[in-house]
Amino acid sequence: MAAVAAFAGWLLRLRAAGADGPWRRLCGAGLSRGFLQSASAYGAAAQRRQVAHFTFQPDPEPVEYGQTQKMNLFQAVTSALDNSLAKDPTAVIFGEDVAFGGVFRCTVGLRDKYGKDRVFNTPLCEQGIVGFGIGIAVTGATAIAEIQFADYIFPAFDQIVNEAAKYRYRSGDLFNCGSLTIRSPWGCVGHGALYHSQSPEAFFAHCPGIKVVVPRSPFQAKGLLLSCIEDKNPCIFFEPKILYRAAVEQVPVEPYNIPLSQAEVIQEGSDVTLVAWGTQVHVIREVAAMAQEKLGVSCEVIDLRTILPWDVDTVCKSVIKTGRLLVSHEAPLTGGFASEISSTVQADPLECRGSLRPSREGA
Amino acid sequence: MLAAVSRVLSGVAQKPASRVLVASRHFANDATFEIKKCDLHRLEEGPPVTTVLTREDGLKYYRMMQTVRRMELKADQLYKQKIIRGFCHLCDGQEACCVGLEAGINPTDHLITAYRAHGFTFTRGLSVREILAELTGRRGGCAKGKGGSMHMYAKNFYGGNGIVGAQVPLGAGIALACKYNGKDEVCLTLYGDGAANQGQIFEAYNMAALWKLPCIFICENNRYGMGTSVERAAASTDYYKRGDFIPGLRVDGMDILCVREATKFAAAYCRSGKGPILMELQTYRYHGHSMSDPGVSYRTREEIQEVRSKSDPIMLLKDRMVNSNLASVEELKEIDVEVRKEIEDAAQFATADPEPPLEELGYHIYCNDPPFEVRGANQWIKFKSIS
Repeated sequence: MAAVAAFAGWLLRLRAAGADGPWRRLCGAGLSRGFLQSASAYGAAAQRRQVAHFTFQPDPEPVEYGQTQKMNLFQAVTSALDNSLAKDPTAVIFGEDVAFGGVFRCTVGLRDKYGKDRVFNTPLCEQGIVGFGIGIAVTGATAIAEIQFADYIFPAFDQIVNEAAKYRYRSGDLFNCGSLTIRSPWGCVGHGALYHSQSPEAFFAHCPGIKVVVPRSPFQAKGLLLSCIEDKNPCIFFEPKILYRAAVEQVPVEPYNIPLSQAEVIQEGSDVTLVAWGTQVHVIREVAAMAQEKLGVSCEVIDLRTILPWDVDTVCKSVIKTGRLLVSHEAPLTGGFASEISSTVQADPLECRGSLRPSREGA
Repeated sequence: MLAAVSRVLSGVAQKPASRVLVASRHFANDATFEIKKCDLHRLEEGPPVTTVLTREDGLKYYRMMQTVRRMELKADQLYKQKIIRGFCHLCDGQEACCVGLEAGINPTDHLITAYRAHGFTFTRGLSVREILAELTGRRGGCAKGKGGSMHMYAKNFYGGNGIVGAQVPLGAGIALACKYNGKDEVCLTLYGDGAANQGQIFEAYNMAALWKLPCIFICENNRYGMGTSVERAAASTDYYKRGDFIPGLRVDGMDILCVREATKFAAAYCRSGKGPILMELQTYRYHGHSMSDPGVSYRTREEIQEVRSKSDPIMLLKDRMVNSNLASVEELKEIDVEVRKEIEDAAQFATADPEPPLEELGYHIYCNDPPFEVRGANQWIKFKSIS
């Protein structure tokens, strides 16, 4: 709801700013004046309590990967980990409470299947977990570390940024910890408050040498996680925790890969480009549907999928087509990843031209 | 005969009369008790093995422990009714720790702990009303409804901290301030058996010992770090020895007198300028790690029952007091009734009090003068930020 109100407000400002061509096009498309509230009413609306919601929108059943099964997000993660441990004899999973299945049930059954030396608990020490994981990865084994909540990843920040990210570079490619993947539940869940809701992807986006990935659905999660594990660079895989149970889809049983650093255009459109990742993709899809229905605006929806390195080409190509960009994410607005996207899109005059009005939205 | 008369009188709600009748029954003024000897690490001698408990102190401790117990159970009830939301970590079973620690220090000393903090918030001086209202997120709460279960603060009580282990270096810092200010104060820095494996704790140990800070590190060992038992998490479960170069003592955390004496001993040690000291309180929690943990998937109900029947801190104190004629069963029951009423009233308040106004959403982000505006979820939503 907040996203929709903001979008409406953005359109209002566009009108107020007297933008020519695009606005006329929108007006011509049958914009209803009554729908757009006056600025003062909007201000009051902003102060009213808004309860965020989203509706998970499953993708159609994939046909190219063989037999599928109905899975939610944590089951898709378990399936991916199962495939990894089966395929790669050096793969190990470790973290707090992973042995019994994990606090979000992402590792259920794996210890029984693969043994206690491949799926084991660590004590309560995030810095130790990641440092230890880097060590395993440097010897060539596949290390899949779990940080119980993304809010707790900060003691490990030094290990990730100073050790993992720079290992290959500083050793002149003699050593690397590319077989390290860090998985962590991410994003708001409604009752998480300060320390069970954070979205720290922007902190890590500032660090070359690692990859940061956020899936929007079970099908995406399994494919992206398998790609992260097989990728020869240290990866951080953030799993939207609110989707663990809420997102249910048909997911292939066999392993498959979704390429990293490729954004996906979920819905084609012509008037405005909407970019999001994780849970927010579903909010944005709802916004796109409402915009089409109530304002007659055709939105192109892009799921960024990989935050670092991000798919500049897809986003820019879309913005060239539509001329407008709106990026929406859960993380705080200032310094959030939307600022990187909007400044890149504006800074490249050869790629993106015309009346660009990128707009950022964050929580 | 006396009991019957007092029952009749209390039935007529003539409280003062019944109390006079009960009080006129001769109670001992104090009694001496034997307490368990503490295991010591790098210490020649430990706290005394006998202690004197006065009737007045006994009643005070009983009331405080019963209040904490009832408050936690009320919080459990309110959580299940969805009046309290979010996370809620209860400390019933561990009352002897918070009340015993408070009994061993002065109100001018300092205390910091992790998230299982409701008991400490009470013993450090806040009322049950303020605590329950904070749990329900109302403006009458001690953090104005903005902190919740894990973020309660009071004078000389620094919370209430969500991130495991992060409060320990903070406690060492507070101890540095104590030493610097020269007012003979100490800082009690608490953490759990799970947190004891965090790296920053060892960093704090080193700094405190190096600079001889008046810091009492206290490990509240309730045997389970969330769902992981201590044997499966720690290479050494002798948490009182983990400070290595810091002397330590292991204390029976279910016996309030043991905790009190050990705290007095530790505080005296620190105040004499000898540096930090470590205390391990062996205690137990009846509830699970938090309200979303039933608490029986990693331990048996029999184990919980056994602790409840053999080592319950309130029961232990009550038995001691009644058997040494420091108080009567009726008198203690009376305290129970009063406590129950106090908790009920507080719960009423906590349920009825309004939530903090939306205008205050952006307050206290920075200390800023003059007030400025903060962006909300998008750049057209603005909140005023005053501090």
